[in-house]
Amino acid sequence: MKHCVRKSAALLAVLALALTGAPGVLAEGEQIQVSEDISVSADYDWTRFADDGITLNVYNWGLYISDGSDDSVNVLSAFEDLTGIKVNYTTFDSNESLYAKLKSGGATYDVIVPSDYMVGKMAAEGMLAPLDFANIPNFAGVGEEYLGWDFDPDNTYSVPYTWGTTGLIYNTTLVDEAPTSWAALWDVQYANNVLMFNNSRDAYAIAAKKLGYSLNPASVEEVDIIMEELKAQKSVVQAYVMDEIFDKMEGGEAAMAPYYAGDALTMIDENPDLAFVHPSEGVNFFVDSMCVPANSKNKEAAELFINYMCEPSVGLANCDYIGYSTPITAVWEQLDDDLKYSEIAYPGEEVMAKAEVFSTLPDEVNAAMDAQWSEMKSYEEGGSGWMVVVMLLLAIAVSFFNIWRKLRKKARDNY
Amino acid sequence: MLKSKASRWLAGPYLVWMALFIVVPLFIVIWYAMTTADGQFTLDNLTQIGRYSSVFARSLILAAVSTVICLVLAFPVGYFLSRLRANKQHIMLMLVMLPMWMNFLLRTYAWMTLLEKNGLINRFFGLFGLGPFNMINTSGAVVLGMVYNYLPFMILPIYTAMTKIDDSIIEAAQDLGCNVWQILWRVLVPLTGPGIATGITQVFVPSVSTFIISRMLGGGSNLLIGDLIELQFLGNSYNLNLGSAMSLVLMVIVLLCMSFTSSFDESEMEGVM
Amino acid sequence: MNKKQSVLLQRTYIILIFCFMYLPIAVMIAFSFNESKSRANFTGFTLDWYKSLFHNEMILSALGLSLILALVSSVLATVLGTLATIGIHSMSRRTQLIVNNISYVPVVNPEIITGVSLMLLFVMAQNFGLGGDSGLFGWPTLLVAHITFNVPYVIFNVGPKLRQLDPSLYNAALDLGCTPRQAFFKVILPQLSPAILSAFLICLTYSIDDFMISYFNSGTMQTLPIAIYSMTRKKVSPEINALSAVMFCVILAIILVSNAADSRAYRKNQNAIRKAMQEEGAR
Repeated sequence: MKHCVRKSAALLAVLALALTGAPGVLAEGEQIQVSEDISVSADYDWTRFADDGITLNVYNWGLYISDGSDDSVNVLSAFEDLTGIKVNYTTFDSNESLYAKLKSGGATYDVIVPSDYMVGKMAAEGMLAPLDFANIPNFAGVGEEYLGWDFDPDNTYSVPYTWGTTGLIYNTTLVDEAPTSWAALWDVQYANNVLMFNNSRDAYAIAAKKLGYSLNPASVEEVDIIMEELKAQKSVVQAYVMDEIFDKMEGGEAAMAPYYAGDALTMIDENPDLAFVHPSEGVNFFVDSMCVPANSKNKEAAELFINYMCEPSVGLANCDYIGYSTPITAVWEQLDDDLKYSEIAYPGEEVMAKAEVFSTLPDEVNAAMDAQWSEMKSYEEGGSGWMVVVMLLLAIAVSFFNIWRKLRKKARDNY
Repeated sequence: MLKSKASRWLAGPYLVWMALFIVVPLFIVIWYAMTTADGQFTLDNLTQIGRYSSVFARSLILAAVSTVICLVLAFPVGYFLSRLRANKQHIMLMLVMLPMWMNFLLRTYAWMTLLEKNGLINRFFGLFGLGPFNMINTSGAVVLGMVYNYLPFMILPIYTAMTKIDDSIIEAAQDLGCNVWQILWRVLVPLTGPGIATGITQVFVPSVSTFIISRMLGGGSNLLIGDLIELQFLGNSYNLNLGSAMSLVLMVIVLLCMSFTSSFDESEMEGVM
Repeated sequence: MNKKQSVLLQRTYIILIFCFMYLPIAVMIAFSFNESKSRANFTGFTLDWYKSLFHNEMILSALGLSLILALVSSVLATVLGTLATIGIHSMSRRTQLIVNNISYVPVVNPEIITGVSLMLLFVMAQNFGLGGDSGLFGWPTLLVAHITFNVPYVIFNVGPKLRQLDPSLYNAALDLGCTPRQAFFKVILPQLSPAILSAFLICLTYSIDDFMISYFNSGTMQTLPIAIYSMTRKKVSPEINALSAVMFCVILAIILVSNAADSRAYRKNQNAIRKAMQEEGAR
């Protein structure tokens, strides 16, 4: 199932642009100016739901859209102005929690943004609705190299939103020498100075790469081996984090942490002491895609939203703010040069050759990983033994005290 | 008076509500705990919990430690407040309750910023050339968060019990030759027993089941039972059945704790509010 | 130890405890005026965070939802609970005990269990087709959950008051020609109203403050605590400090106002009693 990105994405993007006759140029024909920075193609019926009083429930990763904070462009309010559809925008922090919320039936959403393997898992379980691409003409602008992956070979369910790689963020003032390997995250020298992914798949991938395994386990035994490695790391880790990493790394709370390249760019912007490296063992290449859950009752409006998100000006605003890499050729074209040729956001062939994509795991491997993950998190080095003893003693002490009290009370009542 | 048969029907809507939304959900938890995802009967979920015994142990110990600290801190406060003049008591009581009404997420977040490596406390110590101390993401930070959040829940019932103790009782004990410790152990503690019991439950139960405090101050490596349950329901390891089994065990723990504290005083019910 | 020393010791202790309780809040309020985003360096004074807070649509809509939800659920819980209290009061001792014990469950049970058990119930109901295509989660589940954890507080607040009422009051009203309905509304209810009001206020605060139970039952909706939670899970904007400061001030204002009203009522009451006694004496 190994699926490597062999060619430099950046190079390909240019190539694709040359071949397809530049969809970005095509859109220049007629434009509707929605706000100062947002203009959309006029060749689309944006207002067909204006009078229906629809509210779209959009469920996205935290800090994954240009939402107007920090003087960025607010693409959501522009969408509301344009279409008359209200957006109820909420966020999640890992693919697994997105899955849990949807699977339990705890909420119904109209647009979600799972990563590659989660698209595959959800599609296999019938949780996604096949998209009607007639409503998403901007899909044509998506670069070919981001389509047709194993998780959705015919692109029936998903439209790529962004892509990126994982890597190691470190604080140059807190490390002696720049790390180049995932093994640095196990280095006792940095004990209590390391942050780690707080979701099973990403954390697993790092340990697997460190040991030279594929990040897609083939068997339950493989999961066991890697999870042992993660247990061994626990004493070095200060905290397991997701988006809390921004504050912690920017504030110099930890020396290094693995995270997504796009967010690394944002962090480096805030704190120039930070640096980013793609570790030599190889990284994870991911594509986050927009999908519509099968139980959405506003499917067409959801597709309209997806189409809007693929508009070059919207994509540009998003990429500018969140720092992730765009799959839309026309957006890449318009990026500032420092982002456009950034080794972090658009790594060269050397990195991409060793990058691996998550695949959807067989059920029993997946279950093993989930179970092992909570076990790893609850594992305490050498701690559980004495803790159980202490607890037992405590329980005995409490019950003795209780009996003693009752006896005393009885004795007193006898007076 | 109102004890007519007809007025009994007024409780009807509530009884239905109670059955539907209090009793039935508890049985559903039990049912989920005893079945697989396909609805087959199994005890696997319950036996699997043994693998997480360290989490249960940690939760119980941290909650117990916090409860004891709260008790030690709150007891003098309750006593001192109850000896103030009435109007002063009123103001002080308001001051105790005021932080309670602030959203507890905000209060916990405040500690997060204080305890950080580059946070204010370390900066303060840095002025004297001390530190930096490693405070956040430790179990100590979790205990601190619990004590901070639940201290008022201990102060209030103890204070209420203390106000019922007349000064003359303490004076009588003094006159009869009791020293300070004897007054404490022989007079104050027994007389405030119900208040202490209420306080202990009110601190212990939320402490043992929290997942916010451990997540914000414990850095995700000091997992508590609450985290584990949340992980099964809305988190990383989606497994409603295992989560229900864990909830069931937590419920038993809480019941045990309650049976212990309620043995202090069977009729104690009012102090809960 | 002499008296003076012990008073000093008491004072210091109480001051220390209050420092512990208020220090974090004070720090947050101070840093809400901080110009930079830093959580440890105070670089300059600004009101920008308040400005952006009041333009933050997510927070504002979450606040709106929280307020409406708290109001609606508290009203319903108060009505349901008051009726229930009267009904329970007229039951036999045994049934009373059973009902009260069950009502105690949401009070003493860890919130997380109340939350997940309700979630499981709603999931099941949804699987049976309740709620239609759009699903059950959202307003209905939030409302039911909030009423469920609020009603017991009403029962345990109004119940003791009802037990304290003089039984002859109701009988006297009947003897004087009231119908049972009139006797209830004109005699019993006014006697209970302070307890009912305080129960309502308790419900309101619990409902606004609840995170755990809402977290599992909110669907796509965000109450204020849930919005705050999602804020703390991300890159935290100093808006959160501004929010704390605003909340603190609002709570402080409510307490001061209610306190002032209380003490005025108290004084008025005292004056009335004094006056009555004087009149009595004059007679």
